[in-house]
Amino acid sequence: MDESDAAAAESGRADAAASDQLLAEVIREESARIVGALTRWLGSLDLAEESVAAAIEEAVREWRTRGVPTNPGGWLTRAARNNAIDRLRREKRYHEKLALLPEPEEAAPHTGADEPDERLPLLFGCCHPAISPDAQLALTLRAICGLTTAQIARATLTADSTVAQRIVRAKRKIGTAGIPLRIPERSERAARLDIVLTVVSVMYSEAHLVAGGDAAADRDLADDALWLTRVVAHELPREAEAQGLLALLLFHRAREGARAVDGELVLLADQDRARWDRRLIAEAQTVLEEAAMLRRPGRWQLHAAIAACHSDTRDGGDTDWLQVLTLYNMLLAHDRSPVVRLNRAVALAEVNGPRAALEEVDALGHALTGYHLWHAVRARMLRHLGRRDEALAEDVFALELTANDAERRLLQARVDR
Amino acid sequence: MKYVIMFTTTPDLEAEVSPQHAEQVYGRTYEWFGTHREVMTESGAQLQPVDTATTVSYGGGGPVVADGPFSEAKEAIGGFQVIDVPDLDAAIAVVKTWPLLELPGVSVEIRPIVVY
Repeated sequence: MDESDAAAAESGRADAAASDQLLAEVIREESARIVGALTRWLGSLDLAEESVAAAIEEAVREWRTRGVPTNPGGWLTRAARNNAIDRLRREKRYHEKLALLPEPEEAAPHTGADEPDERLPLLFGCCHPAISPDAQLALTLRAICGLTTAQIARATLTADSTVAQRIVRAKRKIGTAGIPLRIPERSERAARLDIVLTVVSVMYSEAHLVAGGDAAADRDLADDALWLTRVVAHELPREAEAQGLLALLLFHRAREGARAVDGELVLLADQDRARWDRRLIAEAQTVLEEAAMLRRPGRWQLHAAIAACHSDTRDGGDTDWLQVLTLYNMLLAHDRSPVVRLNRAVALAEVNGPRAALEEVDALGHALTGYHLWHAVRARMLRHLGRRDEALAEDVFALELTANDAERRLLQARVDR
Repeated sequence: MKYVIMFTTTPDLEAEVSPQHAEQVYGRTYEWFGTHREVMTESGAQLQPVDTATTVSYGGGGPVVADGPFSEAKEAIGGFQVIDVPDLDAAIAVVKTWPLLELPGVSVEIRPIVVY
């Protein structure tokens, strides 16, 4: 560590919680760029990613106590490159390769604006359809967002060994099967982008699914997801769906402060609108309007438009349910998944009454019987129809299927009532 | 990169396709090989039906010969072809146009070849 680093370390010292957040921000800003550059240099994503991951582990240990150096990207690049060379030296079969390596370009701090972003080609590679969805998420979190294996395991409620195995398998497959790291051509772009956006949206939802809800994870996946969506939307400004997902996540993020109050979950209808982040809502509206001007409608924009309807309400009672239902009807043309149909049923109940909605909910039973919210929605319909005993039974089912503590308390309160 | 593409069918499901439809689709496979001539290597073969298969397996006292394919799977490999393309996306693009993919139970497996 040189003197300027030491000085930065001095000023960078902060309390542990802020430091975790700062580390997350610094690392995800650098991680994918370095993985991209190192992959090009080494000709192997597997080796590049391994070396960057090890550098990140070192950085987290060192920076947590000593603070972040002035040029964290340079620090990580040097550490990752040294790791890679060590690995190559250790393994005999790489010796030949080591001799052939070109001189590395000096790690220049990236200036932003006009340099091509290496993160997107890497992201499209991580989210390739030839990789399983679980592995797409794990590899994206690691190679793009710079999470350690342990952080991914905690954030997604998966065993460390499972996460490690998924990442290793996926990386090797990218190398061995010849999965290219590039932004797909126009003809393939929409379908491939949808996979990327799906991975990011799952990342955002995972943040809210962690069991024990109030257990403090050291990385907030919702932050990572929002950050990553901004990167994608910024790099692909003509892709309306990328803008749509950004708008959607911003609308959701804006409600975060009202959704969880003192560790308790508050339903949308009951949320204190004063706690909504107006700045984020305004940004979401602007992003969604700009997306609409591209005249390429799609499911993420429709999801965002529905979120926008809810954001317009002054209290739980003035929701424009007809508008919400109309948007859900349009959404069905793009996405007929059972969860979308379940959410549509909630709007349908508000417009056409609980009887029509219950019929729709029942039709989804075979697909969603293991999903706690299907039981919770069904309970609500039954209660509105005066079928109290059946409603109670459904609430008990919902409670049994929920792993998240805050959700459990909310459902428990309903059962106790 | 070189990949083996393995054409598989599900004989049970194939039986449900009308002979005219099957003939029309199979007819287009010749065209397909022509269209993708550039990426085709010398290696490849169409196989006789799976009921002609003979399997030799490990046995305690030496190899055992038996009638039938190696696996009980419903799918059967109908042929294979080695292609030479820049990457997996190029291989997928070629395979997606395989005419038989409009018949139920048909799939194509893509496997990279080991390079020594």
